[in-house]
Amino acid sequence: MSGGKIRAVARNAGLALGLPVALLALWWIASAGSANFYFPPLQTIAQMFVEVWVSPRIFDDVLPSLGRLAAGYFGAVALGLIIGIPIGLSRTLRNVLEPVLEFLRAIPPPALVPILILLAGIGDTMKTLVIISGCIWPVLLNTVEGVRGRDEVLEDVVRSYRIRGLARLWHFIIPSASPQMFTGMRQALAIGIILMVISEMFAASNGLGFAIIQFERSFAVAEMWTGIIMLGLIGILLSQIFRLVERRMLAWYHGLRQSQRPGG
Amino acid sequence: MEDTARTTGGGLRGRYLMRVQALIGLIGFAAVLELTPRLGLVSPRYLPPLSTIVVALANEVQQANFWAALAFTMRSWAIGLTISVLAGASLGILIGSSTVLQAVTRSTIEFLRPIPSVALIPIAILLFGTTLQSNLVLIIYASFWQVLVQVLSGVQDVDPVARETAQSYRLGHWALIRYVIWPTTLPYLMTGIRLAASVALILAITAELTIGTPGLGKELSLAQSGGAVAVMYAYLIVMGLIGVLVNVAARGLEHSIMPWHPSLRSEQSA
Repeated sequence: MSGGKIRAVARNAGLALGLPVALLALWWIASAGSANFYFPPLQTIAQMFVEVWVSPRIFDDVLPSLGRLAAGYFGAVALGLIIGIPIGLSRTLRNVLEPVLEFLRAIPPPALVPILILLAGIGDTMKTLVIISGCIWPVLLNTVEGVRGRDEVLEDVVRSYRIRGLARLWHFIIPSASPQMFTGMRQALAIGIILMVISEMFAASNGLGFAIIQFERSFAVAEMWTGIIMLGLIGILLSQIFRLVERRMLAWYHGLRQSQRPGG
Repeated sequence: MEDTARTTGGGLRGRYLMRVQALIGLIGFAAVLELTPRLGLVSPRYLPPLSTIVVALANEVQQANFWAALAFTMRSWAIGLTISVLAGASLGILIGSSTVLQAVTRSTIEFLRPIPSVALIPIAILLFGTTLQSNLVLIIYASFWQVLVQVLSGVQDVDPVARETAQSYRLGHWALIRYVIWPTTLPYLMTGIRLAASVALILAITAELTIGTPGLGKELSLAQSGGAVAVMYAYLIVMGLIGVLVNVAARGLEHSIMPWHPSLRSEQSA
Protein backbone atom coordinates (compact mmCIF):
# COMPACT_ATOMS: atom_id res chain seq x y z
CA MET A 1 0.00 0.00 0.00
CA SER A 2 1.33 3.39 -0.94
CA GLY A 3 1.38 6.34 1.41
CA GLY A 4 -1.43 8.02 -0.48
CA LYS A 5 -3.66 4.98 -0.22
CA ILE A 6 -3.06 4.68 3.51
CA ARG A 7 -3.86 8.33 3.89
CA ALA A 8 -7.11 7.89 1.93
CA VAL A 9 -8.15 4.93 4.09
CA ALA A 10 -7.33 6.89 7.23
CA ARG A 11 -9.30 9.85 5.91
CA ASN A 12 -12.35 7.70 5.21
CA ALA A 13 -12.14 6.05 8.60
CA GLY A 14 -11.81 9.45 10.21
CA LEU A 15 -14.87 10.72 8.35
CA ALA A 16 -16.91 7.65 9.22
CA LEU A 17 -15.94 7.56 12.88
CA GLY A 18 -15.49 11.25 13.61
CA LEU A 19 -19.07 12.33 14.25
CA PRO A 20 -20.24 9.21 16.12
CA VAL A 21 -17.21 9.36 18.39
CA ALA A 22 -17.72 13.08 18.97
CA LEU A 23 -21.41 12.56 19.79
CA LEU A 24 -20.67 9.71 22.17
CA ALA A 25 -17.94 11.80 23.84
CA LEU A 26 -20.38 14.67 24.16
CA TRP A 27 -22.98 12.38 25.74
CA TRP A 28 -20.34 10.91 28.07
CA ILE A 29 -19.11 14.34 29.23
CA ALA A 30 -22.50 16.02 29.40
CA SER A 31 -23.95 13.21 31.48
CA ALA A 32 -20.81 12.61 33.57
CA GLY A 33 -22.00 13.98 36.89
CA SER A 34 -25.68 13.85 35.96
CA ALA A 35 -28.01 13.74 38.91
CA ASN A 36 -31.02 13.81 36.60
CA PHE A 37 -32.98 10.69 37.36
CA TYR A 38 -33.96 10.07 33.73
CA PHE A 39 -30.53 10.66 32.21
CA PRO A 40 -27.96 8.72 34.19
CA PRO A 41 -24.26 9.11 33.30
CA LEU A 42 -23.31 7.21 30.17
CA GLN A 43 -20.57 5.56 32.20
CA THR A 44 -23.20 4.01 34.48
CA ILE A 45 -25.21 2.87 31.47
CA ALA A 46 -22.14 1.31 29.88
CA GLN A 47 -21.28 -0.63 33.03
CA MET A 48 -24.89 -1.64 33.45
CA PHE A 49 -25.02 -2.79 29.83
CA VAL A 50 -22.40 -5.45 30.48
CA GLU A 51 -24.07 -6.44 33.72
CA VAL A 52 -27.55 -6.69 32.23
CA TRP A 53 -26.92 -8.22 28.84
CA VAL A 54 -23.77 -10.32 29.20
CA SER A 55 -25.76 -12.77 31.25
CA PRO A 56 -28.39 -15.49 30.85
CA ARG A 57 -30.64 -12.67 29.67
CA ILE A 58 -29.23 -13.20 26.18
CA PHE A 59 -30.90 -16.61 26.17
CA ASP A 60 -33.94 -15.63 28.20
CA ASP A 61 -34.91 -12.41 26.43
CA VAL A 62 -32.92 -11.68 23.29
CA LEU A 63 -33.03 -15.09 21.62
CA PRO A 64 -36.78 -15.69 22.13
CA SER A 65 -37.47 -12.26 20.64
CA LEU A 66 -35.26 -12.94 17.64
CA GLY A 67 -36.79 -16.39 17.20
CA ARG A 68 -40.30 -14.97 17.03
CA LEU A 69 -39.11 -12.25 14.69
CA ALA A 70 -37.50 -14.83 12.38
CA ALA A 71 -40.59 -17.04 12.36
CA GLY A 72 -42.92 -14.14 11.66
CA TYR A 73 -40.68 -12.43 9.15
CA PHE A 74 -39.91 -15.47 7.03
CA GLY A 75 -43.52 -16.56 7.24
CA ALA A 76 -44.61 -13.17 5.96
CA VAL A 77 -42.03 -13.20 3.15
CA ALA A 78 -43.11 -16.67 2.02
CA LEU A 79 -46.80 -15.80 2.14
CA GLY A 80 -46.24 -12.45 0.47
CA LEU A 81 -44.41 -14.05 -2.44
CA ILE A 82 -46.82 -16.95 -2.80
CA ILE A 83 -49.88 -14.69 -2.81
CA GLY A 84 -48.23 -11.78 -4.61
CA ILE A 85 -46.94 -13.56 -7.71
CA PRO A 86 -50.33 -14.79 -8.97
CA ILE A 87 -51.91 -11.40 -8.27
CA GLY A 88 -49.13 -9.71 -10.19
CA LEU A 89 -49.62 -12.08 -13.11
CA SER A 90 -53.36 -11.68 -13.49
CA ARG A 91 -54.87 -8.31 -14.24
CA THR A 92 -58.37 -9.43 -13.32
CA LEU A 93 -57.23 -10.72 -9.95
CA ARG A 94 -55.39 -7.46 -9.38
CA ASN A 95 -58.38 -5.30 -10.21
CA VAL A 96 -60.66 -7.35 -7.97
CA LEU A 97 -58.32 -7.44 -5.00
CA GLU A 98 -56.69 -4.02 -5.17
CA PRO A 99 -59.16 -2.02 -3.06
CA VAL A 100 -59.32 -4.75 -0.44
CA LEU A 101 -55.52 -4.95 -0.23
CA GLU A 102 -55.26 -1.16 -0.07
CA PHE A 103 -57.59 -1.18 2.90
CA LEU A 104 -55.92 -4.07 4.73
CA ARG A 105 -52.50 -2.55 4.19
CA ALA A 106 -53.64 0.78 5.59
CA ILE A 107 -54.60 -0.68 8.97
CA PRO A 108 -51.76 0.21 11.34
CA PRO A 109 -50.30 -3.21 12.23
CA PRO A 110 -49.88 -2.50 15.97
CA ALA A 111 -53.66 -2.09 16.16
CA LEU A 112 -53.95 -5.78 15.31
CA VAL A 113 -52.24 -6.77 18.56
CA PRO A 114 -55.40 -6.54 20.73
CA ILE A 115 -57.42 -8.38 18.07
CA LEU A 116 -54.87 -11.15 17.74
CA ILE A 117 -54.65 -11.51 21.51
CA LEU A 118 -58.36 -12.21 21.30
CA LEU A 119 -57.91 -14.79 18.56
CA ALA A 120 -54.69 -16.49 19.57
CA GLY A 121 -54.11 -15.75 23.25
CA ILE A 122 -50.88 -14.21 24.46
CA GLY A 123 -48.41 -16.92 23.51
CA ASP A 124 -45.77 -17.15 20.82
CA THR A 125 -48.47 -17.84 18.22
CA MET A 126 -49.99 -14.42 18.77
CA LYS A 127 -46.64 -12.66 18.49
CA THR A 128 -45.69 -14.53 15.35
CA LEU A 129 -49.10 -13.76 13.84
CA VAL A 130 -48.73 -10.08 14.72
CA ILE A 131 -45.39 -9.95 12.93
CA ILE A 132 -46.76 -11.83 9.92
CA SER A 133 -49.82 -9.62 9.65
CA GLY A 134 -47.69 -6.49 9.64
CA CYS A 135 -44.78 -7.66 7.50
CA ILE A 136 -46.79 -9.30 4.75
CA TRP A 137 -48.07 -6.07 3.14
CA PRO A 138 -44.86 -4.47 1.93
CA VAL A 139 -43.69 -7.86 0.59
CA LEU A 140 -47.02 -8.64 -1.05
CA LEU A 141 -47.60 -5.25 -2.64
CA ASN A 142 -44.04 -4.88 -3.89
CA THR A 143 -44.14 -8.39 -5.32
CA VAL A 144 -47.36 -7.53 -7.16
CA GLU A 145 -45.78 -4.35 -8.51
CA GLY A 146 -42.55 -6.12 -9.46
CA VAL A 147 -44.30 -8.95 -11.28
CA ARG A 148 -46.64 -6.50 -13.00
CA GLY A 149 -43.81 -4.30 -14.19
CA ARG A 150 -41.88 -7.08 -15.90
CA ASP A 151 -40.26 -6.28 -19.21
CA GLU A 152 -42.72 -6.68 -22.11
CA VAL A 153 -40.06 -7.51 -24.66
CA LEU A 154 -38.64 -10.23 -22.45
CA GLU A 155 -42.18 -11.49 -21.90
CA ASP A 156 -42.57 -11.87 -25.66
CA VAL A 157 -39.19 -13.59 -25.94
CA VAL A 158 -40.18 -16.02 -23.21
CA ARG A 159 -43.44 -16.72 -25.00
CA SER A 160 -41.74 -17.19 -28.39
CA TYR A 161 -39.38 -19.75 -26.90
CA ARG A 162 -42.35 -21.46 -25.26
CA ILE A 163 -40.83 -21.22 -21.85
CA ARG A 164 -43.70 -22.06 -19.54
CA GLY A 165 -44.65 -23.09 -16.05
CA LEU A 166 -41.95 -23.39 -13.43
CA ALA A 167 -39.15 -22.49 -15.82
CA ARG A 168 -40.87 -19.23 -16.71
CA LEU A 169 -41.49 -18.50 -13.04
CA TRP A 170 -37.99 -19.33 -11.93
CA HIS A 171 -35.91 -17.85 -14.75
CA PHE A 172 -38.02 -14.90 -15.77
CA ILE A 173 -40.71 -13.74 -13.36
CA ILE A 174 -38.95 -14.07 -10.03
CA PRO A 175 -35.65 -12.53 -11.21
CA SER A 176 -37.35 -9.61 -12.91
CA ALA A 177 -39.45 -8.88 -9.83
CA SER A 178 -36.67 -9.51 -7.32
CA PRO A 179 -35.43 -5.90 -6.94
CA GLN A 180 -38.94 -4.85 -5.93
CA MET A 181 -39.34 -7.91 -3.76
CA PHE A 182 -36.21 -6.93 -1.87
CA THR A 183 -37.51 -3.40 -1.42
CA GLY A 184 -40.59 -4.91 0.19
CA MET A 185 -38.56 -7.24 2.36
CA ARG A 186 -36.43 -4.34 3.58
CA GLN A 187 -39.50 -2.37 4.61
CA ALA A 188 -40.95 -5.49 6.20
CA LEU A 189 -37.85 -6.02 8.34
CA ALA A 190 -38.18 -2.59 9.95
CA ILE A 191 -41.88 -3.20 10.62
CA GLY A 192 -41.12 -6.66 11.98
CA ILE A 193 -38.72 -5.32 14.60
CA ILE A 194 -41.30 -2.76 15.72
CA LEU A 195 -44.00 -5.41 16.02
CA MET A 196 -41.70 -7.80 17.84
CA VAL A 197 -41.17 -5.16 20.53
CA ILE A 198 -44.78 -4.01 20.71
CA SER A 199 -46.28 -7.49 20.94
CA GLU A 200 -43.96 -8.17 23.87
CA MET A 201 -44.83 -4.90 25.55
CA PHE A 202 -48.50 -5.90 25.57
CA ALA A 203 -48.27 -9.34 27.00
CA ALA A 204 -45.26 -11.53 27.49
CA SER A 205 -43.15 -13.25 30.07
CA ASN A 206 -39.87 -12.79 28.24
CA GLY A 207 -38.35 -10.90 25.33
CA LEU A 208 -36.70 -7.56 24.72
CA GLY A 209 -39.88 -5.50 24.71
CA PHE A 210 -40.97 -7.18 27.93
CA ALA A 211 -37.60 -6.54 29.60
CA ILE A 212 -37.55 -2.87 28.63
CA ILE A 213 -41.07 -2.22 29.84
CA GLN A 214 -40.28 -4.07 33.10
CA PHE A 215 -37.28 -1.80 33.66
CA GLU A 216 -39.35 1.26 32.93
CA ARG A 217 -42.14 0.20 35.30
CA SER A 218 -39.70 -0.48 38.12
CA PHE A 219 -37.95 2.84 37.41
CA ALA A 220 -34.67 1.03 36.74
CA VAL A 221 -33.67 3.85 34.43
CA ALA A 222 -30.07 2.83 33.67
CA GLU A 223 -31.20 -0.71 32.87
CA MET A 224 -33.93 0.71 30.67
CA TRP A 225 -31.36 2.72 28.72
CA THR A 226 -29.28 -0.42 28.18
CA GLY A 227 -32.37 -2.11 26.78
CA ILE A 228 -32.96 0.77 24.40
CA ILE A 229 -29.33 0.60 23.26
CA MET A 230 -29.62 -3.16 22.83
CA LEU A 231 -32.69 -2.69 20.63
CA GLY A 232 -30.87 -0.09 18.59
CA LEU A 233 -27.90 -2.41 18.12
CA ILE A 234 -30.16 -5.25 16.99
CA GLY A 235 -31.88 -2.93 14.52
CA ILE A 236 -28.55 -1.87 13.07
CA LEU A 237 -27.18 -5.41 12.98
CA LEU A 238 -30.22 -6.82 11.20
CA SER A 239 -30.28 -4.04 8.62
CA GLN A 240 -26.58 -4.61 7.90
CA ILE A 241 -27.16 -8.35 7.46
CA PHE A 242 -30.06 -7.59 5.15
CA ARG A 243 -27.94 -5.23 3.11
CA LEU A 244 -25.21 -7.86 2.69
CA VAL A 245 -27.70 -10.50 1.56
CA GLU A 246 -29.38 -8.06 -0.82
CA ARG A 247 -26.09 -6.93 -2.31
CA ARG A 248 -25.09 -10.52 -2.93
CA MET A 249 -28.36 -11.68 -4.42
CA LEU A 250 -28.98 -8.56 -6.47
CA ALA A 251 -25.37 -8.07 -7.61
CA TRP A 252 -26.47 -8.44 -11.25
CA TYR A 253 -29.10 -5.76 -10.82
CA HIS A 254 -26.87 -3.16 -9.18
CA GLY A 255 -24.26 -3.80 -11.88
CA LEU A 256 -26.90 -3.29 -14.55
CA ARG A 257 -28.10 -0.03 -13.06
CA GLN A 258 -24.56 1.23 -12.68
CA SER A 259 -23.89 0.62 -16.37
CA GLN A 260 -27.16 2.24 -17.40
CA ARG A 261 -26.58 5.44 -15.46
CA PRO A 262 -26.41 8.28 -17.97
CA GLY A 263 -23.12 10.08 -17.87
CA GLY A 264 -21.62 7.44 -15.57
CA MET B 1 -54.18 2.20 -14.32
CA GLU B 2 -51.21 2.36 -16.72
CA ASP B 3 -51.71 -1.33 -17.11
CA THR B 4 -55.24 -0.99 -18.40
CA ALA B 5 -54.20 1.83 -20.67
CA ARG B 6 -51.61 -0.41 -22.23
CA THR B 7 -53.72 -3.42 -22.95
CA THR B 8 -57.16 -2.00 -23.64
CA GLY B 9 -56.14 1.29 -25.17
CA GLY B 10 -57.40 3.12 -22.09
CA GLY B 11 -60.97 3.11 -23.30
CA LEU B 12 -63.92 3.97 -21.15
CA ARG B 13 -64.92 0.34 -21.22
CA GLY B 14 -61.64 -0.71 -19.62
CA ARG B 15 -62.08 1.76 -16.82
CA TYR B 16 -65.68 0.72 -16.32
CA LEU B 17 -64.68 -2.94 -16.16
CA MET B 18 -62.02 -2.07 -13.60
CA ARG B 19 -64.53 -0.29 -11.38
CA VAL B 20 -66.90 -3.24 -11.54
CA GLN B 21 -64.09 -5.64 -10.66
CA ALA B 22 -63.04 -3.45 -7.73
CA LEU B 23 -66.62 -3.39 -6.51
CA ILE B 24 -66.85 -7.17 -6.80
CA GLY B 25 -63.70 -7.44 -4.70
CA LEU B 26 -65.07 -5.20 -1.97
CA ILE B 27 -68.45 -6.94 -1.90
CA GLY B 28 -66.70 -10.31 -1.76
CA PHE B 29 -64.55 -9.14 1.14
CA ALA B 30 -67.61 -7.88 3.01
CA ALA B 31 -69.40 -11.18 2.34
CA VAL B 32 -66.46 -13.16 3.74
CA LEU B 33 -66.46 -11.01 6.88
CA GLU B 34 -70.20 -11.49 7.28
CA LEU B 35 -70.39 -15.19 6.53
CA THR B 36 -67.30 -16.59 8.27
CA PRO B 37 -68.79 -16.06 11.74
CA ARG B 38 -72.37 -16.75 10.60
CA LEU B 39 -71.40 -20.16 9.25
CA GLY B 40 -69.52 -20.88 12.44
CA LEU B 41 -66.07 -21.06 10.81
CA VAL B 42 -64.85 -18.59 13.43
CA SER B 43 -66.63 -18.03 16.70
CA PRO B 44 -68.60 -14.74 16.59
CA ARG B 45 -67.08 -14.04 19.98
CA TYR B 46 -63.76 -13.44 18.23
CA LEU B 47 -64.95 -12.15 14.87
CA PRO B 48 -68.47 -10.74 14.93
CA PRO B 49 -70.31 -10.59 11.57
CA LEU B 50 -69.71 -7.41 9.61
CA SER B 51 -73.26 -6.20 10.19
CA THR B 52 -72.71 -6.29 13.97
CA ILE B 53 -69.46 -4.37 13.54
CA VAL B 54 -71.19 -1.75 11.41
CA VAL B 55 -73.89 -1.32 14.06
CA ALA B 56 -71.19 -0.88 16.70
CA LEU B 57 -69.44 1.64 14.47
CA ALA B 58 -72.65 3.61 13.92
CA ASN B 59 -73.08 3.65 17.67
CA GLU B 60 -69.52 4.86 18.29
CA VAL B 61 -69.80 7.63 15.73
CA GLN B 62 -72.57 9.21 17.79
CA GLN B 63 -70.36 9.51 20.85
CA ALA B 64 -68.45 12.69 21.54
CA ASN B 65 -65.36 10.84 22.77
CA PHE B 66 -65.00 9.08 19.42
CA TRP B 67 -64.57 12.42 17.69
CA ALA B 68 -62.30 13.70 20.45
CA ALA B 69 -60.09 10.61 20.03
CA LEU B 70 -60.08 10.99 16.26
CA ALA B 71 -59.16 14.66 16.55
CA PHE B 72 -56.33 13.90 18.96
CA THR B 73 -54.85 11.21 16.73
CA MET B 74 -55.05 13.37 13.64
CA ARG B 75 -53.63 16.38 15.44
CA SER B 76 -50.56 14.51 16.66
CA TRP B 77 -50.23 13.00 13.17
CA ALA B 78 -50.34 16.42 11.51
CA ILE B 79 -47.98 18.16 13.94
CA GLY B 80 -45.50 15.29 13.94
CA LEU B 81 -45.54 14.96 10.16
CA THR B 82 -45.08 18.71 9.63
CA ILE B 83 -42.11 18.88 11.98
CA SER B 84 -40.43 15.85 10.41
CA VAL B 85 -40.98 17.08 6.88
CA LEU B 86 -39.60 20.54 7.64
CA ALA B 87 -36.64 19.17 9.58
CA GLY B 88 -35.95 16.35 7.12
CA ALA B 89 -36.15 18.53 4.04
CA SER B 90 -34.02 21.40 5.33
CA LEU B 91 -31.38 19.15 6.90
CA GLY B 92 -31.37 16.95 3.81
CA ILE B 93 -30.73 19.87 1.47
CA LEU B 94 -28.13 21.34 3.82
CA ILE B 95 -26.23 18.06 4.19
CA GLY B 96 -26.73 17.03 0.58
CA SER B 97 -25.37 20.21 -0.93
CA SER B 98 -22.02 19.83 0.85
CA THR B 99 -19.75 16.86 0.14
CA VAL B 100 -17.92 17.37 3.44
CA LEU B 101 -21.10 17.33 5.51
CA GLN B 102 -22.28 14.28 3.59
CA ALA B 103 -19.10 12.36 4.30
CA VAL B 104 -19.11 13.37 7.97
CA THR B 105 -22.74 12.51 8.66
CA ARG B 106 -23.18 9.36 6.55
CA SER B 107 -22.14 6.84 9.19
CA THR B 108 -24.19 8.55 11.90
CA ILE B 109 -27.31 8.55 9.75
CA GLU B 110 -26.78 4.91 8.80
CA PHE B 111 -26.40 4.15 12.49
CA LEU B 112 -29.35 6.08 13.89
CA ARG B 113 -31.90 5.27 11.18
CA PRO B 114 -32.45 1.56 11.85
CA ILE B 115 -33.01 2.14 15.57
CA PRO B 116 -36.67 1.23 15.95
CA SER B 117 -38.67 4.19 17.18
CA VAL B 118 -40.57 1.97 19.61
CA ALA B 119 -37.31 1.75 21.57
CA LEU B 120 -38.12 5.30 22.65
CA ILE B 121 -41.47 4.32 24.20
CA PRO B 122 -40.13 3.95 27.78
CA ILE B 123 -38.30 7.28 27.59
CA ALA B 124 -41.42 8.97 26.25
CA ILE B 125 -43.47 7.48 29.08
CA LEU B 126 -41.05 8.62 31.76
CA LEU B 127 -40.52 12.11 30.34
CA PHE B 128 -43.93 13.05 29.00
CA GLY B 129 -46.44 10.52 30.32
CA THR B 130 -49.71 10.29 28.44
CA THR B 131 -49.44 13.63 26.66
CA LEU B 132 -49.28 14.75 23.07
CA GLN B 133 -45.50 15.07 23.35
CA SER B 134 -45.17 11.31 23.85
CA ASN B 135 -46.94 10.77 20.54
CA LEU B 136 -44.75 13.36 18.88
CA VAL B 137 -41.48 11.81 20.06
CA LEU B 138 -42.31 8.51 18.38
CA ILE B 139 -43.89 10.02 15.27
CA ILE B 140 -41.07 12.45 14.58
CA TYR B 141 -38.30 9.93 15.19
CA ALA B 142 -39.86 7.45 12.78
CA SER B 143 -40.92 9.77 9.98
CA PHE B 144 -37.96 12.18 10.06
CA TRP B 145 -35.64 9.51 8.62
CA GLN B 146 -38.03 8.68 5.80
CA VAL B 147 -37.93 12.29 4.63
CA LEU B 148 -34.23 12.87 5.26
CA VAL B 149 -33.07 9.77 3.40
CA GLN B 150 -35.27 10.50 0.38
CA VAL B 151 -34.14 14.13 0.21
CA LEU B 152 -30.49 13.09 0.50
CA SER B 153 -30.77 10.70 -2.42
CA GLY B 154 -32.67 13.37 -4.34
CA VAL B 155 -29.88 15.88 -3.90
CA GLN B 156 -27.40 13.25 -5.03
CA ASP B 157 -29.44 12.74 -8.17
CA VAL B 158 -28.82 16.30 -9.37
CA ASP B 159 -27.35 16.21 -12.86
CA PRO B 160 -23.63 17.05 -12.54
CA VAL B 161 -23.71 18.88 -15.88
CA ALA B 162 -26.55 21.10 -14.67
CA ARG B 163 -24.66 21.80 -11.47
CA GLU B 164 -21.49 22.71 -13.36
CA THR B 165 -23.42 24.86 -15.80
CA ALA B 166 -24.97 26.72 -12.88
CA GLN B 167 -21.52 27.23 -11.44
CA SER B 168 -20.16 28.53 -14.75
CA TYR B 169 -22.98 31.05 -14.81
CA ARG B 170 -22.03 31.97 -11.26
CA LEU B 171 -25.38 31.19 -9.76
CA GLY B 172 -25.25 32.04 -6.07
CA HIS B 173 -25.72 29.45 -3.35
CA TRP B 174 -29.43 30.17 -2.93
CA ALA B 175 -30.08 30.35 -6.64
CA LEU B 176 -28.34 26.99 -7.06
CA ILE B 177 -30.60 25.46 -4.43
CA ARG B 178 -33.70 27.10 -5.84
CA TYR B 179 -33.21 26.40 -9.55
CA VAL B 180 -31.03 23.30 -9.72
CA ILE B 181 -31.22 21.24 -6.54
CA TRP B 182 -34.86 21.86 -5.56
CA PRO B 183 -36.55 20.73 -8.80
CA THR B 184 -34.58 17.48 -8.83
CA THR B 185 -35.17 16.86 -5.14
CA LEU B 186 -38.90 17.63 -5.12
CA PRO B 187 -40.09 14.24 -6.45
CA TYR B 188 -37.93 12.46 -3.87
CA LEU B 189 -39.26 14.74 -1.15
CA MET B 190 -42.82 13.88 -2.18
CA THR B 191 -42.02 10.17 -1.95
CA GLY B 192 -40.54 10.84 1.48
CA ILE B 193 -43.66 12.71 2.57
CA ARG B 194 -45.91 9.91 1.34
CA LEU B 195 -43.92 7.28 3.24
CA ALA B 196 -43.68 9.51 6.32
CA ALA B 197 -47.42 10.19 6.30
CA SER B 198 -48.33 6.53 6.69
CA VAL B 199 -45.49 5.83 9.14
CA ALA B 200 -46.61 8.79 11.26
CA LEU B 201 -50.14 7.39 11.46
CA ILE B 202 -48.85 3.97 12.49
CA LEU B 203 -46.70 5.49 15.23
CA ALA B 204 -49.52 7.73 16.48
CA ILE B 205 -51.73 4.67 16.96
CA THR B 206 -48.82 2.70 18.45
CA ALA B 207 -48.14 5.39 21.02
CA GLU B 208 -51.79 5.52 21.99
CA LEU B 209 -51.98 1.75 22.32
CA THR B 210 -48.80 1.24 24.32
CA ILE B 211 -48.46 4.49 26.26
CA GLY B 212 -52.15 5.27 26.66
CA THR B 213 -52.18 8.78 25.23
CA PRO B 214 -55.76 9.68 24.35
CA GLY B 215 -56.72 8.86 20.78
CA LEU B 216 -58.07 6.09 18.59
CA GLY B 217 -55.45 3.63 19.82
CA LYS B 218 -56.49 4.16 23.41
CA GLU B 219 -60.16 3.75 22.53
CA LEU B 220 -59.23 0.44 20.93
CA SER B 221 -57.46 -0.80 24.04
CA LEU B 222 -60.35 0.43 26.21
CA ALA B 223 -62.72 -1.59 24.04
CA GLN B 224 -60.39 -4.55 24.48
CA SER B 225 -60.37 -4.36 28.27
CA GLY B 226 -64.14 -3.92 28.23
CA GLY B 227 -64.53 -7.02 26.09
CA ALA B 228 -66.42 -5.05 23.43
CA VAL B 229 -65.23 -7.10 20.49
CA ALA B 230 -67.41 -5.49 17.81
CA VAL B 231 -66.24 -2.05 18.93
CA MET B 232 -62.62 -3.16 18.58
CA TYR B 233 -63.24 -4.15 14.97
CA ALA B 234 -65.12 -0.90 14.41
CA TYR B 235 -62.03 1.04 15.45
CA LEU B 236 -59.86 -1.16 13.25
CA ILE B 237 -62.06 -0.24 10.30
CA VAL B 238 -61.86 3.44 11.15
CA MET B 239 -58.06 3.23 11.32
CA GLY B 240 -57.90 1.41 8.01
CA LEU B 241 -60.11 4.04 6.37
CA ILE B 242 -57.96 6.86 7.76
CA GLY B 243 -54.89 5.05 6.44
CA VAL B 244 -56.46 4.78 2.98
CA LEU B 245 -57.39 8.47 3.09
CA VAL B 246 -53.86 9.43 4.09
CA ASN B 247 -52.42 7.40 1.20
CA VAL B 248 -54.87 8.81 -1.31
CA ALA B 249 -54.27 12.37 -0.10
CA ALA B 250 -50.50 11.94 -0.29
CA ARG B 251 -50.73 10.63 -3.84
CA GLY B 252 -53.10 13.46 -4.79
CA LEU B 253 -50.62 15.96 -3.38
CA GLU B 254 -47.87 14.43 -5.50
CA HIS B 255 -49.97 14.73 -8.64
CA SER B 256 -51.06 18.29 -7.97
CA ILE B 257 -47.61 19.58 -7.02
CA MET B 258 -45.71 17.85 -9.79
CA PRO B 259 -48.01 17.54 -12.80
CA TRP B 260 -44.86 18.02 -14.90
CA HIS B 261 -43.17 14.94 -13.57
CA PRO B 262 -43.28 12.13 -16.17
CA SER B 263 -43.56 9.23 -13.78
CA LEU B 264 -43.80 9.22 -10.05
CA ARG B 265 -40.63 7.77 -8.69
CA SER B 266 -40.59 4.48 -6.88
CA GLU B 267 -39.41 4.07 -3.31
CA GLN B 268 -36.50 1.90 -4.25
CA SER B 269 -34.40 4.70 -5.62
CA ALA B 270 -32.62 5.09 -2.27
